[in-house]
Amino acid sequence: MIPELGQFALVLALLLAIAQGVLPIVGAWRNNAALIAVARPAAAGQGVFVFAAMAVLIYAFLTYDFSVAYVADNSNLALPWYYRVTAVWGAHEGSMLLWVFILNVWSVALAAFSRHLPPAFVARVLGVLGLIGVGFLAFILFTSNPFLRELPMPADGGDLNPVLQDPGMTFHPPVLYMGYVGFSVAFAFSIAALLGGGMEQAWVRWARPWTNVAWAFLTLGIVAGSWWAYAELGWGGWWFWDPVENASFMPWLVGVALIHAQAVTEKRGSLPAWTILLSLFAFSLSLLGTFLVRSGVLTSVHAFASDPRRGLYILAFLIIVIGGSLLLYAIRAPKVATGKAFAPLSRETGIMVANLLFTTAAAMVLLGTLFPLIGDALNLGRVSVGPPYFGFLFVLLMAPAVLLLPFGPYLRWGRAEGNQLTTMALRAGIAAVICAIVAAFFAQGHLRAIAGIGGAVWVGAGTLSYVIKRWREMPRGRRFPAEMAGMLLAHTGVAIFLIGVMLSESLSVERDVRLEPGQTESVGGYDFRFDGVEETTGPNWRADEGIVAILRDGKTLATMHPQKRTYSRGQVQTESAIDAGLFRDIYVALGEPMEATNVKGAWALRLYHKPFVRWIWLGGLFMMAGGFVAAAERRFRAKRAPSAAAAATIVTPPTKASLA
Amino acid sequence: MTRLLPLFGFLVLVGLFGFGIWWNTHHDQHEIVSPLINKPAPAFALPVLDEASRTVTKASLLGKPYFLNVFASWCIECVHEHPLLMTEMKQLGLPLVGFNYKDDPNEATAWLAEHGNPFDVIAVDREGRSGIDFGVYAAPETFLIDAKGVIRYKRIGPITPEVIDREIRPALAALAKETP
Repeated sequence: MIPELGQFALVLALLLAIAQGVLPIVGAWRNNAALIAVARPAAAGQGVFVFAAMAVLIYAFLTYDFSVAYVADNSNLALPWYYRVTAVWGAHEGSMLLWVFILNVWSVALAAFSRHLPPAFVARVLGVLGLIGVGFLAFILFTSNPFLRELPMPADGGDLNPVLQDPGMTFHPPVLYMGYVGFSVAFAFSIAALLGGGMEQAWVRWARPWTNVAWAFLTLGIVAGSWWAYAELGWGGWWFWDPVENASFMPWLVGVALIHAQAVTEKRGSLPAWTILLSLFAFSLSLLGTFLVRSGVLTSVHAFASDPRRGLYILAFLIIVIGGSLLLYAIRAPKVATGKAFAPLSRETGIMVANLLFTTAAAMVLLGTLFPLIGDALNLGRVSVGPPYFGFLFVLLMAPAVLLLPFGPYLRWGRAEGNQLTTMALRAGIAAVICAIVAAFFAQGHLRAIAGIGGAVWVGAGTLSYVIKRWREMPRGRRFPAEMAGMLLAHTGVAIFLIGVMLSESLSVERDVRLEPGQTESVGGYDFRFDGVEETTGPNWRADEGIVAILRDGKTLATMHPQKRTYSRGQVQTESAIDAGLFRDIYVALGEPMEATNVKGAWALRLYHKPFVRWIWLGGLFMMAGGFVAAAERRFRAKRAPSAAAAATIVTPPTKASLA
Repeated sequence: MTRLLPLFGFLVLVGLFGFGIWWNTHHDQHEIVSPLINKPAPAFALPVLDEASRTVTKASLLGKPYFLNVFASWCIECVHEHPLLMTEMKQLGLPLVGFNYKDDPNEATAWLAEHGNPFDVIAVDREGRSGIDFGVYAAPETFLIDAKGVIRYKRIGPITPEVIDREIRPALAALAKETP
């Protein structure tokens, strides 16, 4: 009975979503206060029922309700409770439910924290979110229902994909979805602005904290995914440019551009059309990512079952949402968005250039991701492009961005002065060159490591010198408002990230070796002593567990336990052991026994020494923190900020003329 | 006009995705064109199940076409295709070579005792090394290898009656035409 309640909840949520999507938008158009007032309660109602459906599915997993086909497919009696919760989003149907769930988290938050905005505007925003909800709820109910029963009920279920049985996986998908579903808010703000018209600076100010928070979540999600791939997949890599990763990376790149473009539009009133377009792009790419991952056009041999019906449905949905919004943009943007001009040497120009670099990078990733499809369409066979394509072009596009980055804070809005820029460039440049020369002595000809140090110091020193300048010139309390602190944090993150990538990529030592028990191998200045393999068991797996002692100068630093797990359904999964440190990671993965029958004998082992690899994720965390901190800017929350109030008064009576 | 450019760009993508869906519905998910088709099968030398002293090699199987079926006791789909191996596949008249993939030999023996043993000889690839050479993607898989040791056909996933009629019989007919 309980799973049916989940299904009823979804149906009710769909009906409320339709109400939320239609009535408030009509109300805002007709200036009907009663219909406008439907927005908040409808959003809350949809939220309640979607949360209920989610709770029911979790309950079904926790109570081993194998009569539900989705539960039976993705969990079994031996699976521990926390992985049974994770299993909720371990496959297609549950992932889609999670998508809608997160959409409702955002809608409810928006309904709760938008009291200071004009009611008609909020009505349009919530209406757009409601329409998106309609699309996804209908998709779940008609093609991907997680509550379908399977009769007769199997005695025990299948298993959650062992790759997903990792602590990182418990929170990676929800956080990632918080990010890219979060772009729906910026999208809804843009559509509302296109529908309503005439208040670009005000709506962008309201949209900014939401965009920043969504982007920060997306950053965290990508960092977590990268960390999980590193720890779990057993290859020691941290980014593979595979379609699923790219699907989350494209909205991130556009999100970077969007955050900066919003700042320009909010503060200077320039580039409003571009900001709107980027909001549409960011969310469109999120939807596109969902489509690519879920429809199976790219990952037809991937683990996720693909159903052409689902693919067609999502494609139709994409056409309506993306096509419709771009059409609306084409019709309305000339009337709604007229930007102010700015001087060639100004912060606006700097941000514009960076924007072009980031959007081009996103387009490049999109092209590379779709290459196999293009190959099929042009009858070239299944061609795909790999890391060489992405690695080369991405570095090419990001190098100018890194070069320009320290100038950003120094550039004045409207018109900048050249002499401050040259002073900064001189200081940061000298610091970068000196550090690069010092690094050259240590890095022994690894050009990438030297370039990495140089680039990181250039960004870091430039950012630091701006921090010092603010400290000296501004009175206490006004030195670092949240928005600026966030910017500085995120830019520092870029410097940290650069060090991590360039040093770990060029200085890592990776060695595949054959070791007898008792034998020692030296990698990167550490001695790895293989002490044999023992058998161990977990709740739903058994494993061969290697014992590897790490020694330096004869002293034992750590004992590591890499595992090779065999899950109850026969899938084999490598669990690498990692001894983490701020300046280096030691990474051991267990290969295969040299003689199949003799697990007590020699084994193939993979030993890595990875300097500074942790800085990659540390840099990402700084960027994330920057996003959250900037979102806390008081100006965004001010109920009666002078310009916001002025802008709002222009809008509150939305006239028919503005919608024509 | 420039305002319409994003829309046009998007329509191109839609066309591409529509094509992608069409392509996927008209191509079998299991039909991954293996680079090994029409190439010599990789050399292997593997112990025979339950006869550890004996090995089966690629060379020892030359001279007559045969099927190589990748199976394992842990493989769920293998149970589904097994009855077909016992009946229709045997009736095709070619030797059936089992390729026990990443499996415990004891469990494999027990599994065969329970479900029946259709194989003429079973090679044990405990570590999956030879499986990598064969490009094994997941069990079950079935290869048709001709008398000269060339892979002529490959099926990823379980065999079904339709697969036998639509793919395996034509592949055998093509083989028969070449060697009169």
